[in-house]
Amino acid sequence: MSNLDQVKPGMPWLPTRKERSQKALSFLLSVLASVVLLFTTGLNGKLGWVIAFFISYVSISFITEYRRAGIPAAQDSLLTSISRFAIFLAIIPIVSILATVISKGWRGLHWGLFTQDMSQATVNDSIETGGMLAAILGTFIMVGLALIFTLPISILTALYLTEIKGKFAGLIRFLVQAMSGVPSIVAGLFILSSIVYPITQSFSGLMGALALSILMIPTVARTAEEVLLLIPNDLREAGLALGATQWRTVAMVVVPAVKSGLVTAIILGVARIIGETAPLILVTGGGDATNFNPVSGPMGSIPFYVWKAFLLGGSEESSYRTWAGILVLLVWVLILFMAARLISSRTRKR
Amino acid sequence: MLVTKPRRSDQFFRVIVTSGGMSSLLILGLILAFLAYRGFEVFRLEGFGLITSSDWSVVEDDNGSVVSQSYGLAAMLVGTVLSATIGVFIGIPIAVLSALFLEFYAGRKIRNFLIALIDLMAAFPSLLFGLWGFLVLMPSAEYWAKLLHKYLGWIPIFDVPAPVFTRSPFIAGVVLAIMIIPICTSISREVFSQTPLDRIQAAYALGATRLAMIRAVVIPFGRGGVIGGAMLGLGRAMGETVAVYSVLNIVYQVNWQVLFGAGGNIASMILLKIGEADRDETNALMAAGLVLFLLTLIINFIANFLVSRLGKTGR
Repeated sequence: MSNLDQVKPGMPWLPTRKERSQKALSFLLSVLASVVLLFTTGLNGKLGWVIAFFISYVSISFITEYRRAGIPAAQDSLLTSISRFAIFLAIIPIVSILATVISKGWRGLHWGLFTQDMSQATVNDSIETGGMLAAILGTFIMVGLALIFTLPISILTALYLTEIKGKFAGLIRFLVQAMSGVPSIVAGLFILSSIVYPITQSFSGLMGALALSILMIPTVARTAEEVLLLIPNDLREAGLALGATQWRTVAMVVVPAVKSGLVTAIILGVARIIGETAPLILVTGGGDATNFNPVSGPMGSIPFYVWKAFLLGGSEESSYRTWAGILVLLVWVLILFMAARLISSRTRKR
Repeated sequence: MLVTKPRRSDQFFRVIVTSGGMSSLLILGLILAFLAYRGFEVFRLEGFGLITSSDWSVVEDDNGSVVSQSYGLAAMLVGTVLSATIGVFIGIPIAVLSALFLEFYAGRKIRNFLIALIDLMAAFPSLLFGLWGFLVLMPSAEYWAKLLHKYLGWIPIFDVPAPVFTRSPFIAGVVLAIMIIPICTSISREVFSQTPLDRIQAAYALGATRLAMIRAVVIPFGRGGVIGGAMLGLGRAMGETVAVYSVLNIVYQVNWQVLFGAGGNIASMILLKIGEADRDETNALMAAGLVLFLLTLIINFIANFLVSRLGKTGR
């Protein structure tokens, strides 16, 4: 009995101290080798160092694993280090983008950004004059209108795919997926050719909202379909067994059960279109003055504001403007993203 | 046989939902019809020259009336395919390996954090990628282009006629690669995560290393889905507008030399021309939009077919 007390439970799958020190050693060796590579070859700069480090780390870990456990283990270590490097490469741009936007954007932020519009200022004027009021308002109006157009269509599409399961369900699912691949500029061209040129002959916020809803429908419809599929069939059968018609079952049981999922779908749809630039350039006319009326007169938007400052600018002030605009846009995307995650994680827990 | 007739409210409900469900068919059909209607004259004027010639010009005399016009998309078509293909070639290996890392190597906490980060990146607007690509990526990508040219310049596609390395298809391809990495990673990850667990465990039980398990079980199972995801990324990359516009020179000349600063893609050319186009040229741009639309539609169909053959995956 006393013997058993002395036996500590071992964890043979964890690396031993020797293995850990070997790992650290090979890491240090590859840092050293990468510095040597940097000085002896044409590689330079931070990214050059990353590549050099990658090459030396892969080869050194390959050799040590080969000496330890032969060729299969060495090949295995190759995939391990390459996939680690790949995820690292995938993360670099996002970190760089966030750092760039924040470091460049905060200098252009000031209170007037949210209280003034650009009707009295050009993009190269001092940053103190002019702001994004028209752009923010325009984006709100257009996204809101797009939401109004999109919501019934995409929810009906999702209901068709999950509740009615008609003859064409396969085809419609296919088409919705195809629709999510429609290039944004094509959506703009379509509105231009079907409504702006033959009918209204002027740019307006409504046209922008229509173009945006084409891009938004597939996102909302597919997310809504996914959440509707999660509803257990028992719920529908219970509704029908109580004598409700299909219409009552869907309206009183199924849709209330997926309410939060539908909110997620809406948020994802808004996040999809809030930064769309190309169709808005084509059909809204991009006004600088505050415009509350979506059916007449050009309407500004945040992406258009950024794009204009980027294209027409050349001065320091315009670059402040560009990046402050992007920062505001990014903050919106972040808020939407967080909201969607929060809601979906809360429902998953329930 | 006794069949209860659906109530009137149910019939009504079914009609409404079905007609709503048909809207995607309607919208796609309308896009096709209107672009074809607008572009019809140009198709008649140019015939196959629309996609085989690379001359896009409108010559006007002093009074502003058009003397000669020719609309050829070959250069833009080549540019579209070239930059998107470069994007896929750079992006897909990174995306697939990242997906493997997330699915089979990463610990739970790191995994969740990285997935959230990559999903966030998928939500970034393309404008952001364009500006970042122009300001931050271009200088370093130019350096890489020079390095490639120095060591691999003897391969024809890496050669350049003049030392202009900025705003090249290569740089546009790198930006596109970064843009499609998040979506391709999440598709590949979803495909990999559906690998049957018993087969994975069987492989381990037979003494396979991780690599051997992935090669024998995961890759054969997920190949179709990964290829589908790559095609989906290709479709995205072909339709990209503002991001490509900000990092690629638009030149009406077929250019296969990926490091040379000339190229273009259909979407960015439409954006460039639409503001100043007269009636005929606008119609030609509509025809260009139709070509782009059909191109992405075909690629998306193939992609969705490949992904959906494995069941419900991807978004």
